[in-house]
Amino acid sequence: MAETDHHHDHGEGSELPDIALRVKSLESLLIEKGYVDPEALDLLIETYEHKVGPRNGAAVVARAWTDPGFKKHLMEDAGAAIASLGFVGRQGEHMVALENTPETHNMVVCTLCSCYPWPVLGLPPVWYKSAPYRSRAVGDPRGVLEEFGTQIPEGSAVRVWDSTAEIRYLVIPMRPEGTDGWSAEQLAELVTRNSMIGTGVALTPEQLEASQQA
Amino acid sequence: MNGAQDLGGMQGFGPVAPEPDEPVFHTEWERRVFALTVAMGFTGQWNIDISRHARETLDPAQYLSSSYYQIWLAGLQKLLLRNELVSRDELASGKVTDPAVELKSILAAPEVARMLGRGGPSQREVSSEPAFAIGATVRAKNMNPPGHTRLPRYARGRVGIIDRNHGAHVLPDANAHGQGEQPQWLYSVRFAAEELWGAPDPDGDAVFIDMWESYLDPA
Repeated sequence: MAETDHHHDHGEGSELPDIALRVKSLESLLIEKGYVDPEALDLLIETYEHKVGPRNGAAVVARAWTDPGFKKHLMEDAGAAIASLGFVGRQGEHMVALENTPETHNMVVCTLCSCYPWPVLGLPPVWYKSAPYRSRAVGDPRGVLEEFGTQIPEGSAVRVWDSTAEIRYLVIPMRPEGTDGWSAEQLAELVTRNSMIGTGVALTPEQLEASQQA
Repeated sequence: MNGAQDLGGMQGFGPVAPEPDEPVFHTEWERRVFALTVAMGFTGQWNIDISRHARETLDPAQYLSSSYYQIWLAGLQKLLLRNELVSRDELASGKVTDPAVELKSILAAPEVARMLGRGGPSQREVSSEPAFAIGATVRAKNMNPPGHTRLPRYARGRVGIIDRNHGAHVLPDANAHGQGEQPQWLYSVRFAAEELWGAPDPDGDAVFIDMWESYLDPA
């Protein structure tokens, strides 16, 4: 039902079977020509559908919250610090970490395409690649945050990072209150994908509990 | 180029619409378009800047009315045709009629993990010194090249401050057009929201944009 609605909203309903057929035919053409290895295609999909995703980034953030040495390394050389946890590769070759504080809220966009730090966040959600976000994140970031229902500390400045080059940005959200003594594994549960893009903030312990009961 | 991809500051697209519990892919054809695009990217027939330019040179009306994987599909088809890897007839029929072109490399299944892990770093060594120091005031050029550029329209002519030096990186404006990598110093430039959008901004908001040295003049 949700899928039908989604396509209906985008006016794509009638094109779907057509595009599915065209892609199938393109794939068999490229395989028959010997340009692609069908097993490699399956592995690429498997990797980004099931192995690489925002849990990687959450592990980075939780480590930064609990290990001051790692945090320092992350802020000075994000690529090396993130690689030390095993997250490397395509679309994460040049990483920069942006720390949210009570004075500064960071938010990341790619106004020109869909640049996104794959090794730590996986593939971007549709909204990140779509015109409403890409057009408004730079000119109306506070309006966008409001639509996400995201409250930032009063008096803080918003810094928007437009990923126009091959530098990939990871936002380090503020550690929620009431989490003293939590392990990195527990803390990672609070770190949402959107909190690492900057359209959200980390969950509070209460929000986590409510989401687990839901 | 001033294409439909350059969306920063445009209005009228409506609210951002996040989808609860969004899947990584919505349909099987999205999975296949993603994998075909990434796999063909490893053949060495084109680079990432050429790929981006292939997408942004779609007709603006088509670009804006397509989903992102539809844009990827259109970009991939364009590159396959331009490089004569497939013919129009083959694309239409899905049947091979012409001999295959010998490719420099093909992404083989056992190589996938290693090749993804290696990625495609864009940083290069250059012998020149950076023209701008951290804290320098700069003005983004007012330029409208017909080819590929990563200087968004909303920043052109605006004054900002150099915030970081990211090292030297491949210049997309050249690399997208077969003119070699021509690496240049890349900076993060901080623009005050008020400078970009005109309205007084008591909150001190700012936009940071990554810009190659040739995009900038001293100010």
